[in-house]
Amino acid sequence: MSELLGRLLRSPQGAIGCAIVALAGLTVAFGPLLAPYSPEGLYPLARYQAPSAEHWLGTDQYGRDILSRLMVGARATIAMAFTATAIGTLAGAVIGTTSAYLGGRADEAIMRTVDALLSVPSLLFALLIVNLLGKSAFNALIAVGIAFTPGMARITRSVALAVRKQDYVNAAIARGESSLYIVLREMMPNVIAPIVVEMTIRVSFAVMLFATLSFLGLGAQPPAPEWGLMVAEGRKFMHLSAGMIVWPSLAIAAVAIGFNLLGDGLRDALNPRT
Amino acid sequence: MSLTFLLRRGGLMVYTLAVVSLVVFGITQVLPADAAVMMLGENATPEALAAVRERLGLDQPVIVQYGRWLAGVLRGDFGFSLRTGQKVAPVMLEALGRSLLLAALSIGLMLLIAVPLGIVAAVRRGRLADLVVSLMSYVGVSLPEFVTATLAVLLLADWLQLLPATGYVPPTEDPVRGLKHLVLPVLTVSVILVAHVSRMVRSELVDVLHADYIRAARLKGLDARTVLFKHALRNALLPAITIVALDVGYLLGGIIVVEEIFALPGVGRQLIVAIQNRDLPAIQAGALIMAATYSAVNFLADIAYAALDKRIQYE
Repeated sequence: MSELLGRLLRSPQGAIGCAIVALAGLTVAFGPLLAPYSPEGLYPLARYQAPSAEHWLGTDQYGRDILSRLMVGARATIAMAFTATAIGTLAGAVIGTTSAYLGGRADEAIMRTVDALLSVPSLLFALLIVNLLGKSAFNALIAVGIAFTPGMARITRSVALAVRKQDYVNAAIARGESSLYIVLREMMPNVIAPIVVEMTIRVSFAVMLFATLSFLGLGAQPPAPEWGLMVAEGRKFMHLSAGMIVWPSLAIAAVAIGFNLLGDGLRDALNPRT
Repeated sequence: MSLTFLLRRGGLMVYTLAVVSLVVFGITQVLPADAAVMMLGENATPEALAAVRERLGLDQPVIVQYGRWLAGVLRGDFGFSLRTGQKVAPVMLEALGRSLLLAALSIGLMLLIAVPLGIVAAVRRGRLADLVVSLMSYVGVSLPEFVTATLAVLLLADWLQLLPATGYVPPTEDPVRGLKHLVLPVLTVSVILVAHVSRMVRSELVDVLHADYIRAARLKGLDARTVLFKHALRNALLPAITIVALDVGYLLGGIIVVEEIFALPGVGRQLIVAIQNRDLPAIQAGALIMAATYSAVNFLADIAYAALDKRIQYE
């Protein structure tokens, strides 16, 4: 494990990705405690301020401190995106493993259906589900989770099938190990690694998708400090204060880049040969 | 290309469309506890609710509803919009034309930028140019369309006043203004695609450049340019066809957002308006058209790939 971490931190992508994701994680955990102002505190006299010593990133149309809103909103954006990805991964893993286990015609039927579902773009899928459930942050989370399920199912299945064919699994079968031992000790570690890589990269999609839903008014609702919603609200005032849209945009992009880099770094660290 | 391949691939597309139509219909019309209340809201009068139920056939069994709807769809009839009262199909068809124009221009621009970037990065692997291209692609894939669009409007429309921020003018009516209105949407949609495709072209080309036949070509004394353009590129770009086709999924998602932001009246914007107004027939039409476009593009890409690459014809 520590060897893996060492390899991860030695590559530039891995190191930068780790740093950004760690910072994001700390903000999710402690952001609301550390935020200098209340994210919903209205200061009518301090509207549209440029960055200053009191307000490092300036203020918005109600005089709310943008930095504080970003710090508190990290939960509304990153934690939600992460949870949505976890739901999609779990559901996809169950479907993918079942399909690989069943094999034959059942596998064929499940995978063709998964392929068919993949022809609905994730955003469109999420939009349809939000339309069904109603617009709210929680429903957007469910929608993103469901929209990710077919893709994760396809990946889990192909990984599980590939691992099943490996020599070390056949060797374990030949040694007469129990099925439980083979699944847990031989297959699981090798199935989990590629799925963790894929999940890490998908968190960055989820951050973007979730922020997009909020931007379109179908996810988090005002006055939540969700980053996509902040950009949407800031657009009306862009000629008064560009910071209102620039900072949350940068935050979304930075987190998405961080998870992308971490995912690629992990992939390289797990496959030292390539 | 064998006939069996064509038939199997065609059958797959039909199955895909059947599944998608079931999902779209299920999510929009069957799963809501009462689609009529969902559309009109809790305060709707009983008469209005009854009218909508009758119009959509909500009082019929689900199978009958689906059968009627599908029969209509197959005849190109998506019913009447609950918002405007007009027929949905002609409105969507007109919107689809605008979306396809946006998509075609974006894919064209993407290919013009992404392929050369990928080639440069692969040829100069590990050097500065490679690093710059890969940094650009990391940033590119991490920018959601609404962020790119908002920042582009801020910079090019609000500060520099070079381009109109929103709106649409048919290029057939006024080519110059029409194209000006299309610049920002096309740029925005292209960013993620360029980032993605340039990375793919790079990795395919890197693989091909390591192949034995490339070494053989070099060893028999061909110059680097001939090896790259005559021998390597052809094999590196073939897989890119299917990757670009898969990217059409991102493209369609991106188009929804971009059309909404720039007030470009395409399928995506129609769909968002329909969702905001809970206009079921229009939602169903928009979603189905998008999914059908995606599977049609992938069908054509697979056929083209099989036709161009003789090795896969027996798969």
